[in-house]
Amino acid sequence: MNSNGRSLIARVDGVTLAFGDRIVLKNCSLDIVEGAITCIIGLSGAGKSTVLRLLDGLLLPSEGHIYVLGSDLCHLSEEQVNVMRQKIGLSFQFAALLDSLSVGDNVALPLREHTKLSRAEIRQTVFDALDSVGLAHAYDDLPGELSGGMLKRAGFARAIVTRPALVLYDEPTTGLDPIVSKLITETILKLRSKLNGTAVVISHDLASIFTMADYIAMLFEGAIIAYDTADRIRNSPNPIVQQFLQGSEAGPIQI
Amino acid sequence: MRILARVGRVTNGFFEYAGGVTLLTSESVGFLVRFRVRLTETISQCALLGVQSLVIVLLTSLFTGMVISLESAQQAVAYGFSSFVGGAVAYAAVRELGPMLTAVVVAGRVGAAIAAEIGSMVVTEQVEALRSMGVEPARFLVVPRLLALLLMLPLLTIFADVVSILGGMWIAREYAHIPYHEFMQSVRQAIDFSDVVKGLLKTFVFATIIAMVGAYQGLSTRGGAAGVGQSTTFSVVLAIILIFISNFVLSLLLFGGR
Repeated sequence: MNSNGRSLIARVDGVTLAFGDRIVLKNCSLDIVEGAITCIIGLSGAGKSTVLRLLDGLLLPSEGHIYVLGSDLCHLSEEQVNVMRQKIGLSFQFAALLDSLSVGDNVALPLREHTKLSRAEIRQTVFDALDSVGLAHAYDDLPGELSGGMLKRAGFARAIVTRPALVLYDEPTTGLDPIVSKLITETILKLRSKLNGTAVVISHDLASIFTMADYIAMLFEGAIIAYDTADRIRNSPNPIVQQFLQGSEAGPIQI
Repeated sequence: MRILARVGRVTNGFFEYAGGVTLLTSESVGFLVRFRVRLTETISQCALLGVQSLVIVLLTSLFTGMVISLESAQQAVAYGFSSFVGGAVAYAAVRELGPMLTAVVVAGRVGAAIAAEIGSMVVTEQVEALRSMGVEPARFLVVPRLLALLLMLPLLTIFADVVSILGGMWIAREYAHIPYHEFMQSVRQAIDFSDVVKGLLKTFVFATIIAMVGAYQGLSTRGGAAGVGQSTTFSVVLAIILIFISNFVLSLLLFGGR
């Protein structure tokens, strides 16, 4: 539970992480409310994608704890983290589909690896997942044959095919035109309703963020400096938040 | 002080690399022992890494056998030892050149392919995607390639041994007028079945070297396309050096003073 009485599905607790001499996160804390879409905003290179990788156990902090579904990822073995990852879906910025496999085989991969479903059941589940992102027709296509927006949606299908409790989206609308961006945003909302689950989205696309976010967290200089509902963040008195939202050069953020 | 720091860095790097390859090997062997193997992918890797290497292995072995025969036959005939030519060719081919040359050729072709493919997957986040799905990259990517090489390199070596002896036999007849039966009799006298087995034993070590160096180098790739290129080159160079070193050690252990 957080201070507002909402139950949490994940929590980043006082995390510090450095790559060599560069400190990316410093005593960073963030609550992920169950059933909500939490968007993380911040400057390029602020460490937003790092937070997603911490939540998926792909990175471990040098200090602090990462709690997901009641377990501290920092205290789990690699095997236990692998089991936990089956309950977390991660959609990569550039989809990261295996280019030697068809779209259908990519989406089927987590099911083949972790379930005892029959071939027919896997095919049907994959077809349903692809259909939910509007890509049922691309089942047999290779990733190299898809457009950028289709690749992202195929990545979504792979992330949600096991019906995870938590889905992490890394910059889902980056590099896409406004129409495809809108389609992607609607897809994320649709998937949240379908899974009745929780999502964490990293994005710079403010229109998309304010369309889908229940909560917004702003990451600045390695820490969360603002965290609230989307409406409150929009009207935040924090000058850093306002400068970021307005895209202004004048303000406390020095570029 | 600067020299000491450099020596320290190089030493540290060496042990880090050796430790990394050892850990990846033990993890992969662990999956093999528990038979957590992707059979379809392994068969496909057998075709890709093994069958498609056959022509280049046959060609290099054929000409190596022929050149050994050419050199030894001319000398042998000159000194009246023509009945030893077959033995010389078979001895060299079965115990040393067959296993090692095949391994070197495969390292150049397959080791590079393994490093390049896995390296490309690393820089395009495909390996990270596997991990995010709870799939171990060692089991998914490394084990099929390791198993395929463990199966295919001995087979390729058998072909290489046979072809180099046949090539040598042909050249011995054409250039030194040594009849086939005399050549084959010399082969039978020079080597026995244990020589063939010991030669093949080497190939399991070479297969492990090629697969693990390529895979580790691929998984350690950093820095985009340039990084993939560096990994590919380094994996081939390192695998070939290790094949030569291990061949010497294995010959010492397996054949001793004989």
